Amino acid sequence: MKLEGKVALVTGASRGIGREIALGLAKQGADVVVNYSGSEERANQVVAEIKELGRNAIAVQCDVSNGESVANMVKATIDTYGKLDILVNNAGITKDNLLMRMKEEEWDDVININLKGVFLCTKAVTRQMMKQRSGRIINISSIVGVSGNPGQANYVAAKSGVIGLTKTTAKELSSRGITVNAIAPGFITTDMTDKLTEDVKDLMLKQIPLARFGEPSDIANVVVFLASEDSRYMTGQTLHVDGGMVM
Amino acid sequence: MADVLERVTKIIVDRLGVEESEVKLEASFKDDLGADSLDVVELVMELEDEFDMEISDDDAEKIATVGDAVNYIQAKQ
Repeated sequence: MKLEGKVALVTGASRGIGREIALGLAKQGADVVVNYSGSEERANQVVAEIKELGRNAIAVQCDVSNGESVANMVKATIDTYGKLDILVNNAGITKDNLLMRMKEEEWDDVININLKGVFLCTKAVTRQMMKQRSGRIINISSIVGVSGNPGQANYVAAKSGVIGLTKTTAKELSSRGITVNAIAPGFITTDMTDKLTEDVKDLMLKQIPLARFGEPSDIANVVVFLASEDSRYMTGQTLHVDGGMVM
Repeated sequence: MADVLERVTKIIVDRLGVEESEVKLEASFKDDLGADSLDVVELVMELEDEFDMEISDDDAEKIATVGDAVNYIQAKQ
């Protein structure tokens, strides 16, 4: 196992990609803090599954766009496990609309959760990781943050911002043994992408050289790699995990 | 005074790897003791732990010399 004795905090871990990441880290030996915003029952389910794997886990409710709430979550993590080795900034939402139709509120909501949330969580764990002189921060961006995507100005701006934030944080924290990398998933089958119409899905499939949609486990596998010693010489990078969609 | 200065000095010596004799009240962390911005952030974190107090970001930004740190801690105690 690659992550024996490690403690991980995964935001937005009650479902979709986050859920699979939490389970993937646990399968490699990590204890996991399962953050959720609204889906308490599903978060508890993930905790139960992790415990079945023989690892420890707790579910912690927190709105990642609220600094005080984030500080409490990190405190709960340290109080429970005494340390924190891995942060996965995964929590995210979409509120798609054409730029011409996008409401200010739709813009703000997505930026607050998907970008400000990453900043707040990263800031909150940095103190502990600096003390430990080690840490892994993994940010879940999106391939559209690299390529752009009509109807997602808010989401794309946030995900693109996450890539810049990843690079800057990587440079600031490198001297303290902390690496920061991002993953840009392509089209992954989750609740978030189930909302898309069949037409849109068909169109996207044509753009994927590996000719299939990704599974949440495709992302979780790369998170495990970035969380482990195997990736120790990498920082500030964005890995495209998208079946070759954007090269 | 002596006690605070002694404890602050020990942290600075440990953290920045400087000689005790260099840690004078007027010494600037960045200019005289070779600290970078992140070192100063870490020093403040350690002072918080050592003296069991919270130093706000605004206050922390004003701590530039050894004397600033000692005075701040004494005023808060």
